Amino acid sequence: MKGIKKLCLVTLLLAFTSSVFAAAAKVDFIYDMPKVDLRDQASLQRGAKYFMNYCSGCHGMQYMRYSQMAEGIGMTDADGQVAEAIVLANLVFSGERVGDQIKAAMTKEQGKQYFGINIPDLTLGAKVRKPEWIYNYLLGFYPDDTRQWGTNNAVFHDVAMPNVFSDLQGLQVPVTRILYYDDDNRPVEEIIGFELVREGTHTPEEFQQAMYDLVNFMSFASDPKKLKRQRIGVIVILFLIVFTMLAYLLKREYWKNIKK
Amino acid sequence: MSKPQNKFIEWIDTRLPIIEPFRKHMSEYPAPKNFNFWYYFGSLALLVLVIQIISGIWLAMNYVPTEAAAFASVEYIMRDVPFGDLLRYMHTTGASAFFVVVYLHMMRGLLYGSYQKPRELVWILGVAIFLCLMIEAFFGYLLPWGQMSFWGAQVITSLFGAVPSYGEELMLFVRGDYNISGATLNRFYALHVVALPLVIIALVFIHIVALHEVGSNNPDGIEIKKHKDEKGVPLDSIPFHPYYTVKDLVGVGVFLIAFCAVMFFMPEMGGYFIEYPNYQPADQLATPEHIAPVWYMTPFYSILRAIPHKLSGVIAMGGSLAILFVLPWLDRSKVKSIRYRGNLYKVCLAAFVVSFIGLGYLGGLDPTPIRTLFARIFTFGYFAFFLLMPVYTTLDKTKTVPLRITK
Repeated sequence: MKGIKKLCLVTLLLAFTSSVFAAAAKVDFIYDMPKVDLRDQASLQRGAKYFMNYCSGCHGMQYMRYSQMAEGIGMTDADGQVAEAIVLANLVFSGERVGDQIKAAMTKEQGKQYFGINIPDLTLGAKVRKPEWIYNYLLGFYPDDTRQWGTNNAVFHDVAMPNVFSDLQGLQVPVTRILYYDDDNRPVEEIIGFELVREGTHTPEEFQQAMYDLVNFMSFASDPKKLKRQRIGVIVILFLIVFTMLAYLLKREYWKNIKK
Repeated sequence: MSKPQNKFIEWIDTRLPIIEPFRKHMSEYPAPKNFNFWYYFGSLALLVLVIQIISGIWLAMNYVPTEAAAFASVEYIMRDVPFGDLLRYMHTTGASAFFVVVYLHMMRGLLYGSYQKPRELVWILGVAIFLCLMIEAFFGYLLPWGQMSFWGAQVITSLFGAVPSYGEELMLFVRGDYNISGATLNRFYALHVVALPLVIIALVFIHIVALHEVGSNNPDGIEIKKHKDEKGVPLDSIPFHPYYTVKDLVGVGVFLIAFCAVMFFMPEMGGYFIEYPNYQPADQLATPEHIAPVWYMTPFYSILRAIPHKLSGVIAMGGSLAILFVLPWLDRSKVKSIRYRGNLYKVCLAAFVVSFIGLGYLGGLDPTPIRTLFARIFTFGYFAFFLLMPVYTTLDKTKTVPLRITK
């Protein structure tokens, strides 16, 4: 009897863990991204700078307000209030107010006209795609004359977006390896790395750091209340542990006289 | 009956019966004294129901059920509503927790034969609650208006199209439009927040009333009412209150710790509780590469996909749920509890559990030929457990059941 029960539980557990492992089977990326760190406010602020300067022309973060962003990345004064003047001077370029939502400078229609697609809003970008994916995507642009902007991407093939960071990054060409030959005996290749052929304003290390900061900021934007929620969570769970212990003692007291 | 101490309670009781029902269902309800781990999940299901109703009410205060604003209003709840992220994650975690708890509650029924005479109606009402929960979850899943909301609803409502001759009309009737649209969203919202909750609450109420009429089963599957003392109280029973109220309180504590760990620290549960594609707003021009229901629906979705013919698949899926209703009459065993059943039943139950989990696992993945083959084997296992039950429970060598509860 006990054996069967245990067997059932073990089966359940095994099935659960195996499904988790199957889901975790991941793609191999060229670059390993350091872990997202929402506590690193300097990184988040740099990320916000890159986003506002390089991305927000086309991409919005329409579900987030400038004020909420400023608060979350530590752009506050000594009283913990949003440092409005600093935010407006450094991160708001389109005459909006600090309580406004972060909208793209470009309209939807313009985006469609220029790029032929609906340009995605990036508030939840880091939820839809994993941070590692975005990091490798941002680092994975290379020249390709067949594309409308002259660039292609190793992670997102034939993407409509140009390499907006090319002045920082410089120019890199892909290093490939032949996977196999197709039916017409043409090689099918896989990109395994990049080689820098023209330097940008940033060294490769600096540029990787910049892209890390940007992805870090996007992770923050996808769930700005995460740290606060986790702080509350710790308190709630500590309370529940105490509650459960007291409930257990109460139960033991009541059940003392029940004969098994 | 002794006089109530409190004047106020006495005043109410002469106008509204509260003391007698409290005695009958709590302080003098004779519960078997040997409930084990598996008996926590009934009260926990009730707790999750309350969590869902309360968090749902607060979400409804801020949610906008229109095609244009639904997705944005969910993000508004997540960002601008004070503690809105907690409300939403409480509701999403609660949805999955509901099914975890209910599946374990049903497993308890299978282990200890709780559906057998005289508790057939308790089981049937329970299965009805389970079906309503699945429908409720399905309606609720459309509301965030993400990609998976939209395409999941698209796939499931299209199943009505498989009905011969009236399929198209039926599909139109369910959707309220030729496609999933604002009209569908509005009706699903109404059903999700009013109709189904009312039905579920009513069913839960009569599920408990029916249970208290026949009395609870126990891990030994022995009818405790057969041996009573001179006052008519079963010898192997203890009053539900305070004994099981305090015991369930411990269960509630442990459950809430696990619940809060998910809610505060991993609300998406790696894409199982909240699917990542659902962070993209619904777009009827972009079909996702991979449409999968949430984990608690996957076993039945797997059965649907395992059958190569659409209408037959729908019938098989419906049948896999409908067959639960007749379970009390499929089991011919002389004993209730697995403790006194023979190895034959144990093997069959283990095979069923493996099949069910296997189906659930495969239902979340893209089908490949090998996976479809396994889904078919597991589908066979699922149905064989029920359809062959009259045979193997008759053949099974059972042990002698003691007269009184042993441990």
